[in-house]
Formats: sequence, structure tokens, C-alpha cells
Amino acid sequence: MADAIEGHGSSLWKDAWIKLSKNRLALFGLAVLIMLILTSLLTPLIAPYGYETQNLDMGATAPSLQHWLGTDIFGRDMLTRIMYGGRVSLMVGFIATAVALVIGILWGAIAGFFGGRLDAVMMRIVDVLYALPFMIFIILLMVVFGRNILLLFLAIGAVEWLTMARIVRSQVMALRNQEFVEAANSLGLSQWTIIRRHIIPNTLGPVIVYTTLTIPSVMLLEAFLSFLGLGIQPPESSWGLLINYGVETMEEFPWLLIFPGIALSLTLFALNFLGDGLRDALDPRTSKD
Amino acid sequence: MAILEVSGLKVYFHTRNGVIKAVDDVSFSVDSGETLAIVGESGSGKSVTCYSLLDLLPKPPAKIEGGTALFAGKDLLTCSSDEMRHHRCNDIAVIFQDPMTSLNPFLTIGEQLIEPLIYHPDKNQIQTRGEAKKKAVALLDEVGIIDSQARFDCYPHEFSGGMRQRVMIAMALITEPKLLICDEPTTALDVTIQAQILKLIKKLQETRNVAVIFISHDLGVVAGIADKVLVMCDGTIRETGGTDDIFYRTQNDYTRKLLAAIPEGPKTLPNRAKSDEPLIEVTHLKTYFRNQLNSNNSEENRFVKAVDNVSLEIARGEILGLVGESGSGKSTLGRSILQLAPTTGGSVKFSGQTLTGLNAKQLVPWRRKMQMIFQDPYASLNPRMTVFETLSEPLLYHGIATKKNIARHVRQLMDDVGLSQAQLRKYPHEFSGGQRQRIAIGRAIATKPELIIADEPVSALDVTIQAQILDLILELVERHNLTMMFISHDLSVVRYISDRVMIMNRGVIIEHGDTETLWASPKQRYTKELLAAIPLADPAAERKRIASI
Amino acid sequence: MYRFAISRLLQAIPVLLMVITVTFFLVHSAPGGPFSADKAVPPEVIKALEEQYNLNQPVWQQYLSYLGDVIQGDFGPSFKYPGRTVNELITAGLPITAELAFYAMLVALGVGITAGVGASMRPNTMQDYLPMTGAMIGICMPSFLLGPLLVLIFGIHLDWLPVSGWGDIPGDKILPSITLGTGYAAYIARLSRGGMLEVLSQDYIRTARAKGLSERLIIVKHALRGGLIPVVAFLGPAFAGLLAGSFVVETIFQIPGLGRFYVQAAFNRDYTLILGMTIFLSTLIILFNLLSDMLAIWLNPKLRQEIRGTN
Repeated sequence: MADAIEGHGSSLWKDAWIKLSKNRLALFGLAVLIMLILTSLLTPLIAPYGYETQNLDMGATAPSLQHWLGTDIFGRDMLTRIMYGGRVSLMVGFIATAVALVIGILWGAIAGFFGGRLDAVMMRIVDVLYALPFMIFIILLMVVFGRNILLLFLAIGAVEWLTMARIVRSQVMALRNQEFVEAANSLGLSQWTIIRRHIIPNTLGPVIVYTTLTIPSVMLLEAFLSFLGLGIQPPESSWGLLINYGVETMEEFPWLLIFPGIALSLTLFALNFLGDGLRDALDPRTSKD
Repeated sequence: MAILEVSGLKVYFHTRNGVIKAVDDVSFSVDSGETLAIVGESGSGKSVTCYSLLDLLPKPPAKIEGGTALFAGKDLLTCSSDEMRHHRCNDIAVIFQDPMTSLNPFLTIGEQLIEPLIYHPDKNQIQTRGEAKKKAVALLDEVGIIDSQARFDCYPHEFSGGMRQRVMIAMALITEPKLLICDEPTTALDVTIQAQILKLIKKLQETRNVAVIFISHDLGVVAGIADKVLVMCDGTIRETGGTDDIFYRTQNDYTRKLLAAIPEGPKTLPNRAKSDEPLIEVTHLKTYFRNQLNSNNSEENRFVKAVDNVSLEIARGEILGLVGESGSGKSTLGRSILQLAPTTGGSVKFSGQTLTGLNAKQLVPWRRKMQMIFQDPYASLNPRMTVFETLSEPLLYHGIATKKNIARHVRQLMDDVGLSQAQLRKYPHEFSGGQRQRIAIGRAIATKPELIIADEPVSALDVTIQAQILDLILELVERHNLTMMFISHDLSVVRYISDRVMIMNRGVIIEHGDTETLWASPKQRYTKELLAAIPLADPAAERKRIASI
Repeated sequence: MYRFAISRLLQAIPVLLMVITVTFFLVHSAPGGPFSADKAVPPEVIKALEEQYNLNQPVWQQYLSYLGDVIQGDFGPSFKYPGRTVNELITAGLPITAELAFYAMLVALGVGITAGVGASMRPNTMQDYLPMTGAMIGICMPSFLLGPLLVLIFGIHLDWLPVSGWGDIPGDKILPSITLGTGYAAYIARLSRGGMLEVLSQDYIRTARAKGLSERLIIVKHALRGGLIPVVAFLGPAFAGLLAGSFVVETIFQIPGLGRFYVQAAFNRDYTLILGMTIFLSTLIILFNLLSDMLAIWLNPKLRQEIRGTN
């Protein structure tokens, strides 16, 4: 029977959480993020109107008690449209980031850990791809094969994974030279065990931070493409598309531009602050007290 | 007349943790031509004291709470920022510890040298570039930089550590200051270079009659260079007096503790080496690394020969000391023996079995018989694993303990290394440097190895902690019948702990032999230089030694 | 240094080749040809056009002949603007977009570096919080949001500045440049603040202070060189981003530059125009990246010497 070991220590995760909770802007960001995710998940249940419900007689109206954010030129409720648009934007954000994450982490970890020739070749590929004007290629892809959300995810993910790979690789290489990894080697642990127990837990910090900062970057990219008419296509809509429509009629009906704009900016704001806060919280140099 | 008189200096740091009294009521004075040494361990406040004189502390956390610092009659602590600039430029100069990071890597050293002259806050004293350059080159000559005219336009990274420190000294003296503050200027240097730099500082002090404040944790260095000594601990002065008084007739417990902690003289425990089959046999070992900066593409430059044809034996039960300066290859040799560095040629035998050439899987059963203790207590423990996890990993992996009885084994280890069992669930960053080193030692002895290679295990620790860890190591070696290779650049430490010593330089073993025999009559010139350069914590002996160099 | 530049240039050629090849085959694999959108055109006319533009030949043959033309600098005729070659269209739009990008870069660097360096001099005070919050807003407000807002406020409500055209009415270059440059100014502000803070905590800054140098001298001579390194590293991606951003800005402000042409070409399936512009823009970006890489190396004395081989 193993006798119990008493006491607790303060792990770096716990310390990070304490630091984060003292950063009000970051907490604000976290709160906004949670609220957004909840709203997006529950939208079909809680949206005040149907997505397609039109009221052509009413046309575009300013915000009122019945339509908190007004209606567009087809009489569709803006709050509903923004909620549905948010679902799409967030979904693109998370999924594309996930794609970038998976590819980037694997690529960077393998290159960083095994080093040598393999690393040289893998990073050369990254360098070359980095030099390509991706924006242009994405536009091309969208034009040529467009109308495909899946492709959009892949295309955007394909851009972002490069930086993730670089970050993971540099972190892994720094760790590989740390003495505690040498100690693990001198114990005779297998490479896989070392990666699992020693390298990965210490890589999570920068990965989490960068992921949190990639999501807004991806959402921006999607909005940019949708604005140009090259991203999400109707009948779906995203915030970028809503902003596009808003710009067309911004003189007469400014709320059609302002509300989706605020939604997008606020989300980006929140995520960026959260990401910044996480970066400070996970930095072992700043004290938790 | 004292050029600097400090009374009642108080410097507190206001952190979110509370107030830290870094310097608490410190008073001292220095005369022109005199050297005052401020001695203390890390956290004693010796550097903070001196930086506060020049307003070099980061102001939000640091605050000068009281006291005066009169430099030639003017209070440094309350002067205006213009006056402070004057003092910094004209009157007081600082030489910092690490010359690599203390010089701007983007500017030539010449540019950095002449800056105080061409940008002088006093309009009347501004010199032209031409004049300033002449002065700078003359000073570079004086501090021993050869080919000074050409080197004027070189960048810091083109100089070696010792040369860079000479440049820093030149930079400090170029405006003819009256007070020179040296903050651990030789701590980052090899012992032979250290001797040269200390001699240089002494000579320059004599020719210019400057007052010198010399901050150090190394009592040996202090014994040789100081006229007066100030002993600090936790921000307060424990004792102050003339050098001889402090070293020979100290009244203070803390000073006594410091002096006692210095490893002195030969190893007191008997040599347990058995002369039959050696535990480790190294034959013609070579570890070469590809030279990344092979600028002239020559054949000889292609490889960095970290270990160049080394042969040695370690007898069972002995402690073999391996001494060398930085770049000598001693760490690489240790790692090569343990098969942690890829060897290029030669062989290593453990108990008759050849290890070189075995692949990772074949090495596993041998791994538990040989372990390593690393230098940096901060980097040698996985920050995301508790002490319990770190100590149980080797035990579980090598099947020495099972999940059922692991707790018992780990508790035993904690006892062995002198740590409280209540700390088992804590993480490395919650411990001090000395405690972390104990954990690392615990990890190394967990698998009951036969051989331990200790790579500078106490170099990063304060001298009192160092003494404790050395004694712990000696005790464990005795108790568990270990064989050890103790790598260090610190000759006194090596002498204290080793039965036999090997001197290494540039990948080659220069000399080896029984410790006391080697100390008494070294044969090679390099060994003699090395031994002659060791500072002793005994002022009279130091004076003799310095005179003989 | 020259050998290094040339070797980098040579390394860029296979990249360019890859760009051309990938783009070519991508465009050609799209369903429908360049003329399928025009339903009004009778089939015989389509056939004739296809012949004129060589669309009958197998793809790989088209590729090789195109490659041959490109090497000689000829991007071919435009499909959708009969009678005008791609080269003409590029030359027409290039100066405008280049000017826009230039002004935007000026805004980005000027405002960004000033704000960032200023913030780093007094961290955690108003001098830091205000610009950095502004920077965050700038990053989170994309150009396609900022542009219309600026148009709404300054163009329509206040009627201070013109909202379309480039070079026609005095002052019509202001809003587009600000719109395009703001996001990058914000990012550069953060980068330079971060870089400066990192440098200011270095030992050699403490040495400079201990020598009695003035704060101004310390910042300008000692700190900037190291502190702006992240900004220099960002120049390459910034340039690429500015070009992409010009697509949006030119659309919003009705500016007849390359960006607007590019988007329209994409929609119209104007093969040669897409190809030509993609290659042209890619070449620009690759060249600019090379320049900024070289700048970064030149600024670091150690790397500079290693390249020269004088180490």
C-alpha cells in the first residue's frame, strides 16, 4: 500500500492562472470569448428571429425595441444575422487555427527534436513557403475553386502553420539543450518518453499563447476575403460579408456597417488581450505576487 | 580625506511581495589610492549599494529611503540629474561583471571608448574625435591590448573575455575618474586571466591614485587586492576593518562562517581507490565537432577538437578531479565518457565492457550504473515535474521500485540528500539553488550507480552553500561506495575533494597525478601557471604569491 | 556582401519558377475558361477567340510557350481588355499602387516607431498605455472597417477630405494612405515597444548610463539599433501585406491601381492578367524580402563579418 504523500506545490499552471486572474483586460477577453462561444453554440435556440425571415415591407430600419440592432434592406433582423455570422466567423477561426496547429506542431517538433539534416530540410521548406505571397495564392484558390468552406479552412490554415512551426521548433530546440533533458537521456529514457514527459509539457506555454493570437488573425483573414467577395458566399454569411453589405449602404443605413464592425473588432480585441495576458502569465520571469 | 563617505544608506525595493530591505543602514568610506573590498554572498546588497551611488537602479521598485553619500563633499543621493551625469562621466566609473553583455555589440569598441570624451556634459571639456581617438589608443596600449590602432575599429565579439574586460577598464579610466567601482570584474574569467586583470587594476590604481571599491564574493581575490574589507549580509554590514584584521582576527560569526566555508587544503577523507581493475578505461578518446565558423576553410579548422586523443583510467572508489579553464573540453570529456556526447574515435570501457559503439537500446542497462550531476541547478530539473516525480522517474524506469513501494524509496532519497519530506509535492522553482542541487544529486544516486560524473556541481552556488553540498557529496560517496569524476575550474574545490587530479587544456590532458603531489611539485608549465594564479584567502600568502608572479 | 546577395537572388529563381508554374496550372485547372461567363457570345466567336489566344493547345504546351514569353518580359495580351497587353495594364496601375504603398509604409513606420519607442521610454505610464491601447485598436480594426468609417466621418459628415480617386483632387491621397497604413503602424508600434524594452533592460545600456551619456543619446545611439530589429524583420511581411491590403483600399476608395485590377481579373477569369500580376507581385515581394533580409544582416556587425568572411 503506497503511503500518501502530503502537501501541494504550486505548479507553473497554477501560478499562471493566478497571474492571469490579476490581469483585468485578459479576464475581460476571456469573458468575451466564453460569451461568444456560448452564444454561437446556442444561436439556433436563442436568436430572436429566423435567419432567413424577411420583411420586405419594413425594409431597413434603425435599431428599435423589436429589432435591437435594426434590420437590413430586406427587413432581416440584424441581431440574428450578426449572431449567425458570428457562428461562421468563429468556426472558421477555430477550425483553421486547429489545422495550422496540428501541422505546425508536428512539423516544428520533429524538426526541432531530431535536428541535423532533417531539420535543415524541413526548415528550408518553411523558409521557401514563407517567401511566397500567400495572400495572392489564397485569393487565387478561392477564385478558382471557391464556394467551398472546407477549402477556406485549409487555405487559411496552410498560411498560419508556418509561424507555428517556427515557434514550436525554436522552443523544442531550446529545450533539447536544457540540462534536464540531458539528465533524462543519461537515465536512458527512450526518445518518445522524453518527448512525452519532458519536451511537450514545456512547449505548451508558447503554443497556447500563439494559438490564442492566431485565432483573431485567422478571423481577420476570413473577413478580408469575405469582404472582397472571395470568402464565405451567400446564403451563409460571416461578419466580413455583413461588413461588405454595410459598406454599400453606409451613408443611408450606418448601423448596417457599425454593428457587425463592432462585433468583429470587439472579438479581435478580446482575443488579443487574452493572448497578451496569457503570454505574460506563462512567462516564468514575471512574479505571481 | 576620504573621497567617498557613505553614511546610513538605506535602499528598499517595493515589490508586490512587500518591501525588501536590500541595503539597510550601511556606512563606509574610501580614500584616494585605497582599495575597499565589499564582500558578501548573493543577495547581500553589495552591488545595490554601489549602484545606488550612481543612480543606476531601476527606479520603480528601488527607492533610496535614507542616508547620504558624500563624494568630495557633494551628496550623490540628492543631486540633480545634470550633476549626476557629471559625476558619472567625470568622477566615478564602473567596471561590470560580464564584459560580453556590458559592451554594445553594435558599436565598435573605439566608438564606445571615446563617447564620454566627445559627448561630455561639460561643454568646455568636449574633445574632437581626433583627440579622443589618440587618447583612447594610448589607453588601450596601457591596458595591454596589442595592435591598439587597428583594434580600435573592432567590435566586442572580436575580443576574448579577458581582452574585453581590459577594454572595459580602458573605457572606465578614459575620463580620469577619482573613484573606480569594480563589480565582480573577474568572476566570469578564467583563473589565469583573472590574475592578469587584478594585476592590471592594481597597477592602474597606483599610477593614477584612484580610490577603488571592489565587490566580490571570492575571499581569495579580496585577500590579495584589498586594503579595507566590508563584510555584508542581507543588506547589513556584519564587520568592517583592515584586511589583515578581518582575515586573521575576525570578531564576527558570519565572517568566520564565510572563511570556514572556503575549501582549503587537501582532502581529509582517505583515498578508497582499489588498484585492481579500473572502473573506467578511456583509450585514445576523440570527440570532434564540426566547426560552424570555418572562415578560412582550412583543413585544421574544420573541426573543433573538444577532446583530442585522451586516455585515462578511473579506479574503483576513487574521486578523480578534472580541472580546466573554459573551453578546455572537460565537460565534453565527462559527457563523452557517459556516452552523452557523440564520440568520434577511441573507446570507453566500463568495468571491462566497451560502451562506445553500443546503440541507445543496448546502453540502457549500463545507464543505471553511471549518472551525472549538472552545473546549473535551475536548468537541470524539469520545471513541470514535482520533486516526487523527478525522483521517482529513474526508480520506476529501471525497475528498482514499483508503484506500490515508490513512496518509501523516494522518502529515503530525500533523507539521504538532507531535504524535508514535506517538500515532495513542490516544484523546482519553489526551491533555492542549493536545495535544487540536492534534488539533482538525489536523482543521480537513485539508481544506486557505480560511477557519478559531477560537472561543476557547486560552481553556481554561494560559498557557504557550496561547502554544504561538497560535504554532502563526500558523505554520499563514502556511504554508497561511489566512484566519482569531479569536474571543475575551481582548483581549491578540486583539491578539497579529489584523490587524484587531471589538468586539461584545449582537449588534451596536460598532467595528472596524486593531488598533493601535483600541488607540491607540478611539472608542466601550464600546471604551474594555473596553480600560481589561484587566489588564497590569506592576505600574507596572497601578497607573497602576487609578488612572485 | 555581393556574393551573398547574388547567391540569395539565385536561390529566389527556383521559387519564382515554382510560383509561375503553380499559378499557371491552378488557373488553367479552374472549371470554365475565360470566356464562359459571357453568355451572350456565340460559340463560333468563342472558338475563334480560343484559337487566337492559343487555348486549343494542350496545357503543357501553353505553359512552355508562356514561360518563354515571361522570361522575355512579355506577359501576353489581356483576355478581357481586348487590345491591351498585361504589361500595359501593369505599367498603368503600378505607379499608383506603389505610391499608395509607399505613403502607407511611411505612416506605418513613422507613427509606429515613434509611438512604440516613446512608449518604451516610460513603461506602464500614460505615455505607454495610451499609444498601446491605440495600437491594439488599430490592429483589431481592419482596413475594410476603418476605411468606410473614415469615409463616413471625414468624407461625408465633416466633408473635410475627398473619398475617391488618386491624384485628381488635392488631399485624396490622405484617407487611403491612413487606412492602409494604420494596421501596420499599430503592429510596428507594438514590435518596436517590445524590442526597445528588451534592449533597455540589457547590461550595455546600464554601461552607457554609467558613462554619463544623456538619455537622448542612449536611446538614439545605443538602444535603437538593437530595439528596431524586430521591425526590420517585419518589413518583408509588411510589404507583402501592404500589397494585399491595397486590394481592399483601392476598392473602397475607387483607386485605379493594381489591386483593383487584380480583384477584377480574378473574378473575370482573365488568365493572362491574373498570371501576369501574380508573377509580378510575387517577384516584388520576393525582392523586397531579400532586401530586408540583407538589411537585417547588415545591421548586425557579427553577421556582417561572417558573410564577408573576414571573421
